[in-house]
Amino acid sequence: MPFAFSLDTVDLDFVEKMKEITAEPFKTCMQCGTCTVVCPMTTSMPMTTRQIMHLTQWGQSEALLSTNAAWICASCHACEVRCPRGIDIPRVIEGLRQLILRENENYVDPGSLDKEKLEEMPQMAMVSAFRKHTA
Amino acid sequence: MKIGYYPGCTLKAKAKNLEDSAIASLKSLGVEMVELERWNCCGAVHNLADDDLVHYLAPVRDLIRAHDQGFNTVVTLCSMCYNTLARANLLIREDEVKRDALNDFMEEENNYKGEVDVVHLLPFLRDQIGWDKLREAVKNPLFDLKVAPYYGCTLTRPREITIDDGLSPLVFEDFIEALGATVVDFPESQTCCGSYNIVSNPEAALNVVAEIVGEAGDREADVLAMSCPLCEYNLGRRQEDAMKDREGATTVPVLYFTQMLAVALGLDPEATRFDKNTEATRKFLEQRKLLVSA
Repeated sequence: MPFAFSLDTVDLDFVEKMKEITAEPFKTCMQCGTCTVVCPMTTSMPMTTRQIMHLTQWGQSEALLSTNAAWICASCHACEVRCPRGIDIPRVIEGLRQLILRENENYVDPGSLDKEKLEEMPQMAMVSAFRKHTA
Repeated sequence: MKIGYYPGCTLKAKAKNLEDSAIASLKSLGVEMVELERWNCCGAVHNLADDDLVHYLAPVRDLIRAHDQGFNTVVTLCSMCYNTLARANLLIREDEVKRDALNDFMEEENNYKGEVDVVHLLPFLRDQIGWDKLREAVKNPLFDLKVAPYYGCTLTRPREITIDDGLSPLVFEDFIEALGATVVDFPESQTCCGSYNIVSNPEAALNVVAEIVGEAGDREADVLAMSCPLCEYNLGRRQEDAMKDREGATTVPVLYFTQMLAVALGLDPEATRFDKNTEATRKFLEQRKLLVSA
């Protein structure tokens, strides 16, 4: 999926906010794509982990926050342990989620979930999903 | 030997089989697991935002409980609890500023500086019991059982808290061999099962479940063994949903590593608790005469 961006779409406030929330040197990413190769969720994401890193470096907040890419990440750290730049990529993706959750917007509405499925799920599924996906 | 034990929320409900089989097995190995008093849920996932301290309160309170009750080690069975507690402990040990802020905030608690070690049961068995002693204690060797070890993501990542070599761990494999079973070479052993996505993005989680189970089937594993109740749910209870569109795919029963241990130690069904497993797992174990110890 191609992304067109120009100076008009660069959001410097977003870059500063991401630095504050993540404390990660995401600008040192050299776009090698190792993160995408090892990500188990890639096939379900509308953009790859490498693209998330690229758009974050360039302050493309609208392109990033208008997709559900960050919400599919399972924070499994497969990318982090193999990143040659030592970037904790799950923290960068957490930053994207936090930017939305801190506006008091849920990604998932607990009331809309299938009650029968919730009944059979382990408690930790709900604790972790609601920690990650609700404000 | 007595050890501090942190159960976590799911082991008191949906994953009682993980808890019961572990407590009974450890008892038979001469270890009493003493449940921490006044423990609370660890939060299940580690806090990844640098400017957020409030989500450390739950896991750190559990570590304070362990320290207050005189334990220098706390053992966990659930992989996610292990990950959350171990990472909170690491922050307390390495970040003085955040440690002071957390201790100041919890002024009603004793100060905590990371005195307690958080240990998962697999390395505990390796380091405190030893594979030779475990081998000797086995009464019912699991010969002919081909087991795919499934670490998932939280036992070995990030590298700072891994229970063994982060990229090529062997502790699970050594455990399986000590019980007399055969280890299946399983390249998906550390691939995440989709985790909490099963709640909010189920299709995404089921895609990766199909990959993992498919690989275990291709490698002719009899069972997938694990220590995480969320993995057990995704890979076991949702396996049918995940595999329904895959022609010719074989199903693979899932169980907890502690249940294998209980069977190998010759413990009774009250210890193995297969009554809490899926129908598919029970059926397989019945065929292989593993539901009741020899």
